[in-house]
Amino acid sequence: MSRTYTLEFERPLLALESKIDELKQLSGGAAVDFTDEIIKLERKAKKLQAEIFSDLSRWQIVQLARHPSRPYFLDYLGQLFTDFFEIEGDRRFAADRAIVSGFAKFDGQPVVVMGHQKGRGTKDNMLRNFGMARPEGYRKARRLFDLAERFRLPLVTFIDTPGAYPGIGAEERGQAEAIATNLEVMSSLSVPSVSVVIGEGASGGAIGIGVTSRILMLEYAWYNVISPESCSSILYRDASKAQKSAEALKLTARDLMGFGIIDEIVKEAPGGAHRDPQFTAENVRTALRRHLAELSQLSPEQLVRDRYRKFRAMGVFTSEE
Amino acid sequence: MAWFSKNKKLTAASDKVPQLPAKGEVGLWKKCDACDEVAYTQDFERNWNVCPSCGAHEALPVRRRLEMICDRGSFEELDTDLTPQDPLGFADQKRYRDRLKSTHKNTGLKDAFLSGVGLVGDVPVSIGCFAFEFMGGSMGSVVGEKVTRVFDRAYERRIPAMVFSSTGGARMQEGIFSLMQMAKTSAALHRFRSVRKPYVSVMLHPTTGGVAASFAWLGDVVIAEPKALIGFAGPRVIEQTIREKLPPGFQRSEFLLEHGMVDAIVPRGELRAKLSQIFSLLG
Repeated sequence: MSRTYTLEFERPLLALESKIDELKQLSGGAAVDFTDEIIKLERKAKKLQAEIFSDLSRWQIVQLARHPSRPYFLDYLGQLFTDFFEIEGDRRFAADRAIVSGFAKFDGQPVVVMGHQKGRGTKDNMLRNFGMARPEGYRKARRLFDLAERFRLPLVTFIDTPGAYPGIGAEERGQAEAIATNLEVMSSLSVPSVSVVIGEGASGGAIGIGVTSRILMLEYAWYNVISPESCSSILYRDASKAQKSAEALKLTARDLMGFGIIDEIVKEAPGGAHRDPQFTAENVRTALRRHLAELSQLSPEQLVRDRYRKFRAMGVFTSEE
Repeated sequence: MAWFSKNKKLTAASDKVPQLPAKGEVGLWKKCDACDEVAYTQDFERNWNVCPSCGAHEALPVRRRLEMICDRGSFEELDTDLTPQDPLGFADQKRYRDRLKSTHKNTGLKDAFLSGVGLVGDVPVSIGCFAFEFMGGSMGSVVGEKVTRVFDRAYERRIPAMVFSSTGGARMQEGIFSLMQMAKTSAALHRFRSVRKPYVSVMLHPTTGGVAASFAWLGDVVIAEPKALIGFAGPRVIEQTIREKLPPGFQRSEFLLEHGMVDAIVPRGELRAKLSQIFSLLG
């Protein structure tokens, strides 16, 4: 586990943990026995963690969703899927490494799988464009949607993007059109489909691979129409008020579950996914398995109808003359 | 000395000189934002807010737009009962609830979209039109529902659909609900496709964000008014990202046409005839 980056509210916990590590090392020398002390401190650490994480603000959750050590799509792909064959071509313009997509097996069954991929470190982030896809990424995804439909393969998507890339070339090549087309194509699929928001779900760039029969969200992920920073720079002309915007936007898994938008909150490891990526991934496996099994019981017509109804019902308004 | 001097002191001093309104202001006379030429406000409005001198297209309020497009008196507004709520309890400097109220008071509109049916060259069409004057034409639950109903109605009645967009995109104040309208509208549009009637999307100034990235760009035919700003991200966001000034004309209709991203640029004065032509060919 990387300890190079620490969030403000993680600090007391990590201080305590490094003290425990120190004592353990001293115990190794066997001159003095610290076992009782270590057990006491470990209990204290556990309690402290539970305290901190039982009362996270929305902004703290946004920070966890962006934690540089947080597991990314490829980490889940590696642990939950086998026989991955990557499809890189959009057949239009270029390969886009901000979205990784292909065929793989989940529980031994062939599926189409894709996700936004962020980079670790500067060089990797250049390659992955910080998880911000260009039109090519969405058009590649669209090809995979078509292939899923043709070969009757379930579709699993992992959402983790700070947004679709806002650049000159992306605009020239129809960023909005590429996302729009995906929304329509996804809403036509008659195979089981599940999306999992594993980190950041920012706006059109997220939903561009997110129109699925089931929507799952990790405990400390966020999903919204706009990032807290963009929201505050529009409302207050000041991106530093992001903290305030995060609260106002109600963008956490718990918020969205309360709104009836998502189908399940997937528990993360205590202290966040980055503290135990494997544990977190296994929770994702269990949830995916259950939802795919349920969906596989439905006929293609039912899948289309149910998903249509699901999205048709989204929105809050009243009818009054 | 010219009658229309820009010397404010001079015009203010003389009661007999007609008061020249400032840019954007409406009086007896109207000064074009683009070319500075002055026209009778009445002429300008009769020309559907297109400058008689330079052809610049200024914003046209939603009801005037429908009046311009539909056969005389044929537009019947529907879904008028739909009223926005505040599902997030959202507040910035102002509570969203209060903002909705005051905007309603100022515009007479309940939200940023009008929907209904009308005749265009005798063809019945399911029509929707954004009202940019209502919170920048942003799309929340009510707008999304109305757009969806435009497609639902076209599907049920087996008639063409048409949406005029002028919007900054999805409405922040309704958070995730606004985002989901992109999926909801696109799904309804997809269902409508099966009746094999045309859907014409007309992009007005501006059309960006979540609306551009959903039904607005999914027209069987996508038309833009001249010089409209159309794109995914707003220019300010792009400039902040790439840390460069954008070239002139970037994201304008003419730029998009050059890049193959829209099908035709139609000046406002020809819009009605062109739409009628499309419906006669595909309707």
